[in-house]
Amino acid sequence: MEETIYLDYAATTPVDERVLQSMLPYFNHTFGNPSSIHQFGQRAENAIEAAREKVAGVLKCRPDEIIFTSCGSESDNLALRGASLATREKMSKDRILTSQAEHHAVSKTAGQMEELYDFGVDWLGVDEYGMVLPQTIAKAISQKTALVSVMLANNEIGTINPISEISEICREQGVLFHTDAVQAAAYLPVNVDDLGVDLLSLGGHKFYGPKGVGILYVRKGTFISPVQTGGGQELGLRAGTQNVPYIVGFAEALKLTEIEREMRIAHVKPMRDRIIGSVLENIPDSKLTGHPEKRLPNHCSFVFKGVDGNLLLTLLDSAGFACSSGSACKTGNPEPSEIMNLLHLPSEWGLGSLRITLGKESTVNEVEKFLVHLPGLVAKARKLQ
Amino acid sequence: MTKVVVAMSGGVDSSVAAAILKQQGYDVIGMMLRLWSEPGKENSNRCCTPDAMALARRVAAQLDIPFYVVDAKEIFRSTVVNYFLEEYLQGATPNPCLVCNRIIRWKFLLEHALAMGAEYMATGHYVRLRSIQVQKLDQLIEEKIQLIRAIDRNKDQSYVLHVLDQEQLGRALFPVGDFPKEKIRELADGLGLPTASRPDSQDLCFLAGEDYRKFIKRNAPESLKPGDIVNQDGKVLGEHQGLSFYTIGQRKGLGLTSTQPFYVLAKQAETNKLIVGLEAELGQDELTVENVHWIAGDLPDNVFRAEVKIRYSAKEAWAEIKLHEDGSVRVRFDQPQRDITVGQAAVFYNGEVVLGGGKITQGGCV
Repeated sequence: MEETIYLDYAATTPVDERVLQSMLPYFNHTFGNPSSIHQFGQRAENAIEAAREKVAGVLKCRPDEIIFTSCGSESDNLALRGASLATREKMSKDRILTSQAEHHAVSKTAGQMEELYDFGVDWLGVDEYGMVLPQTIAKAISQKTALVSVMLANNEIGTINPISEISEICREQGVLFHTDAVQAAAYLPVNVDDLGVDLLSLGGHKFYGPKGVGILYVRKGTFISPVQTGGGQELGLRAGTQNVPYIVGFAEALKLTEIEREMRIAHVKPMRDRIIGSVLENIPDSKLTGHPEKRLPNHCSFVFKGVDGNLLLTLLDSAGFACSSGSACKTGNPEPSEIMNLLHLPSEWGLGSLRITLGKESTVNEVEKFLVHLPGLVAKARKLQ
Repeated sequence: MTKVVVAMSGGVDSSVAAAILKQQGYDVIGMMLRLWSEPGKENSNRCCTPDAMALARRVAAQLDIPFYVVDAKEIFRSTVVNYFLEEYLQGATPNPCLVCNRIIRWKFLLEHALAMGAEYMATGHYVRLRSIQVQKLDQLIEEKIQLIRAIDRNKDQSYVLHVLDQEQLGRALFPVGDFPKEKIRELADGLGLPTASRPDSQDLCFLAGEDYRKFIKRNAPESLKPGDIVNQDGKVLGEHQGLSFYTIGQRKGLGLTSTQPFYVLAKQAETNKLIVGLEAELGQDELTVENVHWIAGDLPDNVFRAEVKIRYSAKEAWAEIKLHEDGSVRVRFDQPQRDITVGQAAVFYNGEVVLGGGKITQGGCV
């Protein structure tokens, strides 16, 4: 394990030491329930309100527009379910407009809204880079649309969507707009006014915060009902005693990400470009997936013809490299992911995806070592096919 | 550190095999094959259900070894399952585990293990290996690996591994073959492995716990042509439901009424006849074996005596073995054997050593 090189920072990141330190007092020292009247409670409440302000400072919004949740997926669920149900209640709009390339936290929730709650869902296609084009939104949006949801950056192929152009269309039509920014936030600014969004999801562990905590930004005045009901925590939108240390860690991690963004980009981007260039040059029958320029600066994704991506990951892990794939499956049942299917790849390419994502701990040495080994391992995987 | 891949099933034997190798200082990697299941029956395939996979994963985590699943669905279907159905179509009674060991485990998976940089592959089979030096005529000394029966005779699985060759055996490790099953269970208990209390596996994995007849009905219905049940003289006694529903020696389910019980003596695929007889008529003392594989890689003497096992669960019996020019082998038993079954393997033993074996293509009487 020690020698294994981690190249899967899009899956998750280690908790930054500074973040960890900021969390520790809230496990046993300042342990109160933020809802309690006494001073233990007051101190805990103070910690989460400070965290809320910190987060609002990064998103450039009001603190009372930040709802702490348990993860990015929960935030997506709250946005999709909570906002579309409330909007239908208030405005009789009963359609959801989203893309076929969304994370399952969005697409499965939209699917359930269709199945169980009688919503109509318009599933938008994407271009060859997996990008949602604003004109397709303009075409599909209508007075019946309750909510539009398009991710800021794609987790599998790294493509960045033109969110501010899409939000402009939504605003003109008076339609709510949600973006899943979970994968993007480690490297892209999440200023909600620049993006023009009404709802935005983040998850802490993608940017060196802890797992098990996220936020949903909810613009003031947005119609939204709670999905998890109970006590009145989080402005009545998310019941349950707040996870104080994780919330504190989330805010610290997001703040550090904002402060160090340019530095982190400058660190990973040249390595990303080195990987992309080297792979396309040295591995026959390889293709970059996702947009060549409008992509996350730490994100490389490829497909290889005639390769079982799962097998390639196994070989890579065994050789000391932890990567990911669009068809990754721990049970040996490889299926191309939805996004691979959307890219209209020939069938011998669809299972052969590989994702390499870098982080602030990545080094040029690691990347070079990886690039030395990869061509041989791809060849091995092809031979075993 | 020497890398070894352990083919894990979630069962006690392969789990302990991994534990033993880890203790011996190997760099152990756990791998599991995702085998084929009939659509809709993925949860009952005996050896790679989500449950078994979760168990194997937990064992691997407890042993602190990496664990990977390899997709073998398509190759398993096109080789093992096809073979199984094809043999029944031809009136034989196949043992698909032999094909699985030869093509899936000890070729497909072994290739994966080697590609991962492993020097060896281990399984939880109860057999042993022994390295010997063989003096050749030209004075060269050659190293050979012998496949030896397990210490625990009751658990011995050398029958299904007689298909391996020198190259495969050179890459193989069988850590549990040196112990009695009881000891393996104790080791599993001692290590607190989550598999310790699982029962031993018995049936074919892809039958998902069902009678093989139902599987054939769904997957090779064309093999179920009704035909005559006749005695050795050709007298028609009744109608059978398709030859693949019967095995040699079977007594129940023939649907014949008579004062004495009838047994299946033979299946005649060409005429689609099921030949039955009384208990006294059972038993043959000769059989022919084709596609014979000799583990040492060299041909033995033209005529020799050996013990022969005609099914996985049969007791071995003494016989004279005669090699023919065409590579087939004629086996003549000292005593007649019940239930010599076309399609099963006959495996030859010299004491503890497995010499080889092949497919029974014909029984007979001297």
